Amino acid sequence: MIVRVLVLLLWLPMQAMAQGFAGLGTDGAGFAQADPDTVLQFPADHGEHPDFRIEWWYLTANMTGPDGTRYGLQWTLFRSALAPRDGQGWDTPQLWMGHAAITTPDAHFVSERLARGGIGQAGVQVTPFAAWIDDWAMEGADFDALRLRASGPDFAYDVGLTAAGPLVLHGKRGYSVKSAAGQASHYYSQPFFRLTGTLTLPGGDVPVTGMAWLDREWSSQPLAADQTGWNWFSLSFDSGDKLMGFVLRGDADFTAATWIAADGTATALPDGAFAAEQLAEHNVAGRTVPVDWRVRLPDRGIDVTVRAMNRDAWMATSVPYWEGPVTVSGSHAGVGYLEMTGYDD
Amino acid sequence: MLLRLHDVAKTYPGTEMAVLRGVSLTMVAGDMLALTGESGSGKSTLLHLVGGLDTADSGVVAIDGTDLTPLDDAGRAALRRGTVGVIFQQFNLIPSLTVVANIAFQARLAGRHDPDLALALATRLGLAAHLHKYPEQLSGGQQQRVAIARTLAARPKLVLADEPTGNLDEATADTVFALLCELVGETGAGLILVTHSERLATRMPRRLHLSEGQLT
Amino acid sequence: MTGSILAALLGHWWRNPLQAFTLLAGLALGTALWSGVQAINAEARASYDAAAATLGDGNLAQITERDGGVIAQDTYVALRRAGWLVSPVIEGRLGPVRVVGIDPLTAPGGVGPVGTTDGAVLESFLSGEGQIFAQAATQAQLPDTGANGMLAPDAAPNTAIMDIGLAQRLLGRPGQIDRLLVAPEQPIRQTALSDVAPDLALLPPQDGSDVGRLTDSFHLNLTAFGLLAFAVGLFIVHGAIGLAFEQRRPIVRTLRALGAPLGRLITLMAVELAVLAFAAGAIGVALGYVVAAALLPDVAATLRGLYGADVSGQLALRPAWWLSGLAMAMGGTAVAASGALWSLARMPLLASAQPRAWAMARQGAGPVVVAGMLLAVAGALAIWGTGLLAGFAMLGALLIGGALVLPPLLALVLRLGQAQARGAVAQWFWADTRQQVPGLSLALMALLLAMAANVGVSTMVSSFRLTFTGFLDQRLASELYVRTTDAAQADAVAALATPLVDAVLPVLAVDRQIAGYPAEIYGARDHATYRDNWLFLRAAPDVWDALARGEGVLVNEQLYRRAGLDLAADVVIAPGLSLPVLGIYGDYGNPAGQVIVTEAVFRQQFPDVLALRFGLRIDPDGVAALRSVLRDQAGVADAAMVDQAAIKALSLEVFERTFTVTTALNILTLAVAGFAILMSLLTLAAMRLPQLAPVWALGLTRRRLAGLDLVRAVVLAAVTGAAALPLGLALAWALLAVVNVEAFGWQLPMYLFPLDYLRLGALALLAAALAALWPAWRLSRMPPAQLLGVFRNDR
Repeated sequence: MIVRVLVLLLWLPMQAMAQGFAGLGTDGAGFAQADPDTVLQFPADHGEHPDFRIEWWYLTANMTGPDGTRYGLQWTLFRSALAPRDGQGWDTPQLWMGHAAITTPDAHFVSERLARGGIGQAGVQVTPFAAWIDDWAMEGADFDALRLRASGPDFAYDVGLTAAGPLVLHGKRGYSVKSAAGQASHYYSQPFFRLTGTLTLPGGDVPVTGMAWLDREWSSQPLAADQTGWNWFSLSFDSGDKLMGFVLRGDADFTAATWIAADGTATALPDGAFAAEQLAEHNVAGRTVPVDWRVRLPDRGIDVTVRAMNRDAWMATSVPYWEGPVTVSGSHAGVGYLEMTGYDD
Repeated sequence: MLLRLHDVAKTYPGTEMAVLRGVSLTMVAGDMLALTGESGSGKSTLLHLVGGLDTADSGVVAIDGTDLTPLDDAGRAALRRGTVGVIFQQFNLIPSLTVVANIAFQARLAGRHDPDLALALATRLGLAAHLHKYPEQLSGGQQQRVAIARTLAARPKLVLADEPTGNLDEATADTVFALLCELVGETGAGLILVTHSERLATRMPRRLHLSEGQLT
Repeated sequence: MTGSILAALLGHWWRNPLQAFTLLAGLALGTALWSGVQAINAEARASYDAAAATLGDGNLAQITERDGGVIAQDTYVALRRAGWLVSPVIEGRLGPVRVVGIDPLTAPGGVGPVGTTDGAVLESFLSGEGQIFAQAATQAQLPDTGANGMLAPDAAPNTAIMDIGLAQRLLGRPGQIDRLLVAPEQPIRQTALSDVAPDLALLPPQDGSDVGRLTDSFHLNLTAFGLLAFAVGLFIVHGAIGLAFEQRRPIVRTLRALGAPLGRLITLMAVELAVLAFAAGAIGVALGYVVAAALLPDVAATLRGLYGADVSGQLALRPAWWLSGLAMAMGGTAVAASGALWSLARMPLLASAQPRAWAMARQGAGPVVVAGMLLAVAGALAIWGTGLLAGFAMLGALLIGGALVLPPLLALVLRLGQAQARGAVAQWFWADTRQQVPGLSLALMALLLAMAANVGVSTMVSSFRLTFTGFLDQRLASELYVRTTDAAQADAVAALATPLVDAVLPVLAVDRQIAGYPAEIYGARDHATYRDNWLFLRAAPDVWDALARGEGVLVNEQLYRRAGLDLAADVVIAPGLSLPVLGIYGDYGNPAGQVIVTEAVFRQQFPDVLALRFGLRIDPDGVAALRSVLRDQAGVADAAMVDQAAIKALSLEVFERTFTVTTALNILTLAVAGFAILMSLLTLAAMRLPQLAPVWALGLTRRRLAGLDLVRAVVLAAVTGAAALPLGLALAWALLAVVNVEAFGWQLPMYLFPLDYLRLGALALLAAALAALWPAWRLSRMPPAQLLGVFRNDR
């Protein structure tokens, strides 16, 4: 019980301060701030940035089994700093949280882990690359070939990832603005992972293949105080083109998007270029969540309907949210992932 | 000598004025006297002293040759059971007992219960139809008749009646009064009737008036 | 006008301080009884919840170092990285205080400083100077650590909880862990423990839950008592309010005759009562606090005995119970007053202004009908009801029905008495007693409920103790119980112990489905230990011989009830083997079904199951030596050896203390009921003068009348007591055979304790006589003038 209370206090100081989703809109005083002049350096920036308040390694995947059944997979490692410093031992202010999930057309499996930095239970190292919490890990000799593992009480997975394209920097060379007031984060992706591996489900092991999209983002105050949550889309069209777009919900919605051509060429699109309009709502875990959307990007002739593959993909974790695979139809066809936060009450 | 009072005085605790200031009186068997006086003149007090219900501060109260002064609680209770009978203005009856049980009560306490006498008295007093009723089911006049029957059924030597008709209307009062005098007369007991009604007092053979604690 | 009405209403209390006192005292005592019992209950519950929650962690499996040594922090990390959801705990002493360091991020739910205050931001707990959670008294005993002390009233006494990092620093043991808590839910994939950390051993959750579940029963006991206390309190409050209204009928009539509007009059009286109830409720809560504080050390000792953990003997002022105490006073007053106000509102203006408490004598058959219906409902629930709620509903119906049936029952008995009476005085005595019943009935109902509660609870506690003692003798027959971690250690223990002990009794157990229900199958060695100590609810002749020959099985009561496995029913032990039931035994404190077969059958059917636990029969004096042999030569951790004789002694002591508490509460309820009688008698005393004065005038002394009043109180109490006995036994039966079965799945046998009932009856008579003593004394000293006042015209 105390764990839950404490976790809420940790990841949701927001409840008390009511500023943005998951405390992301709280004041980042003392922490490093996202800087438009920063030039991202790899592989160093694959590692952690302990002087920033929050950071994540966020992977989603669309897969199919041998019988053509679609599956979705999520693996996320969050880092949250209580203070802008690193250290060894229990005293470190770096806290880690892992979320893992598998979505099938009719089930959704979720697990969560919590750990403290400084004692080796969770962390990230650059060379060879490893990001881990407990027995969950994303590791490999370098960032282009990774092995990804996680397990929960009723599921597990073990898959390999191979990069089939370049890294994509969002916004202005990886400086991604999140509000009209200038809140921003550092944000890049590897949307071109090819995936093969095995899902372990209550019914047995399932070999799968598919593609995965890794997001890396760090910031100290990515949201404005009035922003209560976001709807984030990562869509992969059959043409090979991809689209990342998000709507930050606040007093006035703020949108941003990146058009990623099949060869990896990225074009950042300004506020207002990307539009998402909700079509259908669904009741899950006592919340009403919009699960079907009309997404438009007139610049590129995109006007598609985005539908949840499994409407019940609710992440009943310490900080609850909706995250699941989607199907794209309309002007373009494809698959993708949808994340919706700020619907937790 | 049925009753002898000599120089009886009584002051209630906590009051200044003496209620009785040297009262003397004698009665023989069969004497029937009316005691009149203003409210607060001490009529009831005198009756209570004679009935062994209260004690005098000084003087002698003797009934049938027995001086009441040295008697303790139990002795006075025995006197009330066996020698005197008291009829009050109201609340004479025991509410938890039926009419017939009420009538028999004192006689049984005194150890001389005679069912035939009790029944005869009840019949004479017009109570035959009410024997198994409870007091609260009777009218005021009927209740006083029960009180009279009860007193006489115990065959006391001296009957003391304290305004027995005070709560009754004039016609009923006359009937009850007449019955009381008639029945007491038949038994040969003495009777002291306290009343403020001149009308009734004049019908009694002997009259005494109490004023400011003294007989006149 | 409001002011003058109020002045007139309040003036009544001013001129009749005794009536005001009885009203206040009645309300206050009812409240005190309720809130006292509630306070004890709440405190005891909170204490043992805290004791259990403060890493009592008996319900969790744990990992310890095989030899009881320290676990390296790196091993902990290695286990986590191998998929083991374990959480580190370090323990030690800082001065007199037990320090417990935990990791809040990994601790299984429910473990840790329960109910921490709002200031418990994880940031402060984990970093900076850190925070220490403990009770105030414990904080005071801690040396200055630089950490922030946080008040945690719910923490176990003498225990300080903090982050493991801070604890390691304060204890000077960096990188060290004493044990690991194993979360109940583990991932589907994890590396074997022996591959990650061969020096560590997994200990399953403790078997101590047997005793834990028995304490639940102890609590049920207290809860039932709370319910009964509530009923007693309600009747007392009702009585006090009812009398208060009767006494003021003349004033109300006069006020109405003078033109006071009825509505306003009723509103004002309601407000006045609310204020009085609040004041009396506050006094009652304070009294209840005193009572609870006086009794609590025994309760605390009881629970300390059960858990071997520190349990605070101090009372905390919990809002829940003082609020419930006030609610009891206000609610009871509201219920009682609504009826009284209703009859006041309907009272004709010219109705008799005299108080008429006795005039209710000839009331209708309504209460009898209601009582009959309630008792019928109770009976129906007993036969057809299922569920704990039905059990409690049955208790309630039984109680209220029993209370309502009392006045007509008294009237009947008294009528019989009157019919038998010969003398004039005797006849009047019975008749007059009958007339007192309506005025005294609420107080007598309170006495009835108090006595019934006492009979019921005494029976339950005593039955419970007898059963429990027998059960302990049966189950904890071995002097020493040893848990081993693997086959090698088990062999070593058996080899070492065999020459030193009278018998080695292996505990062979396997979980199986029996008749569709989860159950444990035990293999029992044929040994006198079982023959001498086991009691059966039902058994075939020569049950042990038949069992030893493998001709049947024993099942516990839970399995018998759930699966309907009566004697001779066939039980499928394994595919192809089914054996008849030879005996059914009581198994108190175990939720699961159990089947016992003889050792040979067990080994034959389950050859893979090893005995890792042993009961060792040995002279109690040799236990200590045996322990050290097993520790030094077989490496058995101290925590894995349980001296059951000590546990047994402790458990029995617990029930002695339970008795102290129960007895104290018995006396308390009787005293309160006695006070209710006193209040009623005092109130009736003035109204009774018109009934007594004629009898006195006709020649009974005041002493005699007073003596008869005493006898009257005793007679009424005796009849009430006689009625309370069957009601109390019905209550006990409901508690043992209905509520307990619904709550815990087993029935407690009911034993009767006639001597206890006699003693209770004597106490009740004593309470009634004491209550009547003062009014009788006042009567015997009453000035004749006061009695004569009855006959005066100007009364």
